[in-house]
Amino acid sequence: MTGAAEATAPHGPGTGDAPPVLALAGVSKSFGAVRALRDVSLELHAGEAHALAGENGAGKSTLVKTLSGVHRPDSGQVLMDGRPVEFHKPADAQRHGVAVIYQEPTMFPDLSVAENIFIGRQPRASLGRIDRGAMRARAAELFARLGVALDPEQPARGLSIADQQLVEIAKALSRDARVLIMDEPTAALSVNEVARLFTVVKALREQGCAVLFISHRLDEIFELCQRVTTLRDGAWIAGEAVAGLTHEALIRRMVGRDLDTLYPKLDAATGEVALKVHRLTREGVFTDVSFEVRRGEIVALAGLVGAGRSEVARAVFGVDRWDAGWVEVNGRRLPPASPTAAMSAGVALVPEDRRQQGLVMDQSIERNIGLTGLKRLRRGPVISRAAERDRARDWAIRLQLKFNRLSDAVNVLSGGNQQKVVLAKWLSTRPQVLIIDEPTRGIDVGTKAEVHRVLSELASDGMAVLMISSELPEVLGMADRVLVMQEGRLVAEIPRAEATEESVMTAAAGRTS
Amino acid sequence: MAADVTAANSARAPLSRFLRWDILVGVLLVLVFAGGAIGSPEFANAGNLSFALGDLGEIALIALAMTLLVVAAEVDLSVASVLGLSSALVGHLWDAGWAIETIIPLVVVVGAVCGLVNGLLVTRLGLPSLAVTIGTLALYRGLAQVVLGDRAIAEFPQSYVNLAVNNVPGTPIPYPVALFAVLAVITAVTLHATGFGRALFAIGAQVEAAHFAGIRVKRIKLILFVVSGIVAAFAGVVYTLRYGSARADNGSGLELAVIAAVLLGGVDFDGGKGTLGGVIAGVLLIGLLRNLLMLNDVSTEIQSVVTGLLLVISVITPRLVAVARQRRRAPSPVMPTTPTP
Repeated sequence: MTGAAEATAPHGPGTGDAPPVLALAGVSKSFGAVRALRDVSLELHAGEAHALAGENGAGKSTLVKTLSGVHRPDSGQVLMDGRPVEFHKPADAQRHGVAVIYQEPTMFPDLSVAENIFIGRQPRASLGRIDRGAMRARAAELFARLGVALDPEQPARGLSIADQQLVEIAKALSRDARVLIMDEPTAALSVNEVARLFTVVKALREQGCAVLFISHRLDEIFELCQRVTTLRDGAWIAGEAVAGLTHEALIRRMVGRDLDTLYPKLDAATGEVALKVHRLTREGVFTDVSFEVRRGEIVALAGLVGAGRSEVARAVFGVDRWDAGWVEVNGRRLPPASPTAAMSAGVALVPEDRRQQGLVMDQSIERNIGLTGLKRLRRGPVISRAAERDRARDWAIRLQLKFNRLSDAVNVLSGGNQQKVVLAKWLSTRPQVLIIDEPTRGIDVGTKAEVHRVLSELASDGMAVLMISSELPEVLGMADRVLVMQEGRLVAEIPRAEATEESVMTAAAGRTS
Repeated sequence: MAADVTAANSARAPLSRFLRWDILVGVLLVLVFAGGAIGSPEFANAGNLSFALGDLGEIALIALAMTLLVVAAEVDLSVASVLGLSSALVGHLWDAGWAIETIIPLVVVVGAVCGLVNGLLVTRLGLPSLAVTIGTLALYRGLAQVVLGDRAIAEFPQSYVNLAVNNVPGTPIPYPVALFAVLAVITAVTLHATGFGRALFAIGAQVEAAHFAGIRVKRIKLILFVVSGIVAAFAGVVYTLRYGSARADNGSGLELAVIAAVLLGGVDFDGGKGTLGGVIAGVLLIGLLRNLLMLNDVSTEIQSVVTGLLLVISVITPRLVAVARQRRRAPSPVMPTTPTP
């Protein structure tokens, strides 16, 4: 490795005498008509943690994939130690010392931790046998260097996500990685686990590693990183030192406007209880969940991925069954496991996964919107195509859907427009209770603001809205009340005035610290 | 702005509409008919065509129910065995002195039960219908042999035999084919114009989205299997009367001809796509080809080869077309388009 000398040479953060270990210069990348990255530059220096900030769809994951050899830039260069390199495949990037730690690592569950670290590169003894002793000793050495207490002999099955990430980091070290890219590593970790991860990453930073860190939690960026690069809609917005930057300034760079226009929450008078969930339990999934949503209210259900939020929504709507408890809509009990009954009671569910659950991707816009109203579109025994088209057109106009023809298949639409079709499909049932799971996942900032405006208007017209969201700014910007779930239980209820990133995250991650 | 794009697009629409698979099968049908009329003198006369149609009756009837199943991404391979079981029961009960007016409804109920068993195994236990109905294919055929053994029962009442064989007065259309025509219209309306039909396409294309839209997926699938059983059992009655012979092995292998016709008609075996018009064209095409082969003294083995080839071709061709289209379409979106707002 030619860069070894430079990497070990003392190098203060941000000084700029040595060339950056890894850099992007003017990189652009398009997928079809979507310009995922436009003229983006970034420099990662040894001994420095660099944050990558931006909303969903800003181009962060494309950037990571370009650095790690999954994608090749359409134009611009990837530079290592100041010299242009081309990564044709992930293995090329790995050989140059670039390692990526994903949010949820994939491991071989039946192999030991040490075997997972050295998979494909096991130390050999005579006759090509694997030298288990050497492998164990080297794994132990790596863990010692990271300062973590993990047993190399333990099978990977049953390791927590946090421990799996540490094993991945050990693996990266064993390959002499000089650049560590961490793609939302903390999303599924508890407060303690985040603290432990940060200790490890800080140690690596001091040992001369360059770290690229991605997180939606601004506090973490401010705690761990020296520099931050912000992307918005694929474009480079800023690259600057973290010191001296405020939360508000960073959000403005990410969002491109102040929060109150992205989250146009209207104050609505709350009416009577529309949805009442009482001690709902589905064994092994969620336990004893009780809450109410009133007319005119937007209630957010926050929590970490896997806390059981979507599962509660599915059970309330009847897609899954529940084992105990009950659900009342406008004072009437719903029978379990019947979406049909929930719909006729006035409940709508905009599901989490629009490609699988929300839409029939091969079918047209009008058919997708009509699917929830087959009874209402009937004239005698047959469906009226005119009525079907009118219904679709009305909602397409109201939601400002961008389309060529209503008979086009929804799979040609952008993600944001697909989400609008799902919304149209459900709003056309004239629901009184709208459950919406990740309303703006993976859609662009402009459409996001439109979806928020629609939700806000619906609530002020008296709809009861239950919104599940993993994006804290969305939760804080839109909700009248925040319910927080943790490991299948409802652990906190926070009114709008008291809801902050800290209060919600603390409740979501559990007060184990 | 939506309006002017619509105008631009409609120029391209007629061509792609013409290239639809079911239309192609219709064109092929006309070509085979014309070729047959020129090639064999015995082919294009009312007597032969009427016979060819009548010979298709059972396949055509069963194909209607099969179309609904395949659109919903399910399949029923046990139909020919239900037909055989129905035939065996008709023979056995007639031999035991029952009235034909009692036998027919009873046999149809047995068909419904056969379909119900298939449907419950698929919907309650979540088993794939391909596996379930291969099992019941053997089971129902075995039951038919238990009922009738090696016997062949004949001499059914002439008035009923006439209904299965004769033409509707004043036309060259046999009664079973007339019944098929009526049922085909009902099926076409159900599939293409009712909420039930919309639900079938949604289930076949994206079952989870259908479930999330409040469609009762399991109940609908159960209904389809029961309908399939009823139709197959009724086809067994028609078959028995038409040949004037009840045997346990009646109609074996017929399920393949039915599925060949459905797939040839452009119904996607993965569900969610297809038209009943295409299936009718597929059924007729298979019928005419069989008839032509028969007229030219081609052996039944070769007829089976032809059916098999058609089945394979009708599965492969749409895939090849789709791949070719994707290749052709791939380079275009890379062109720089409008800047992002």
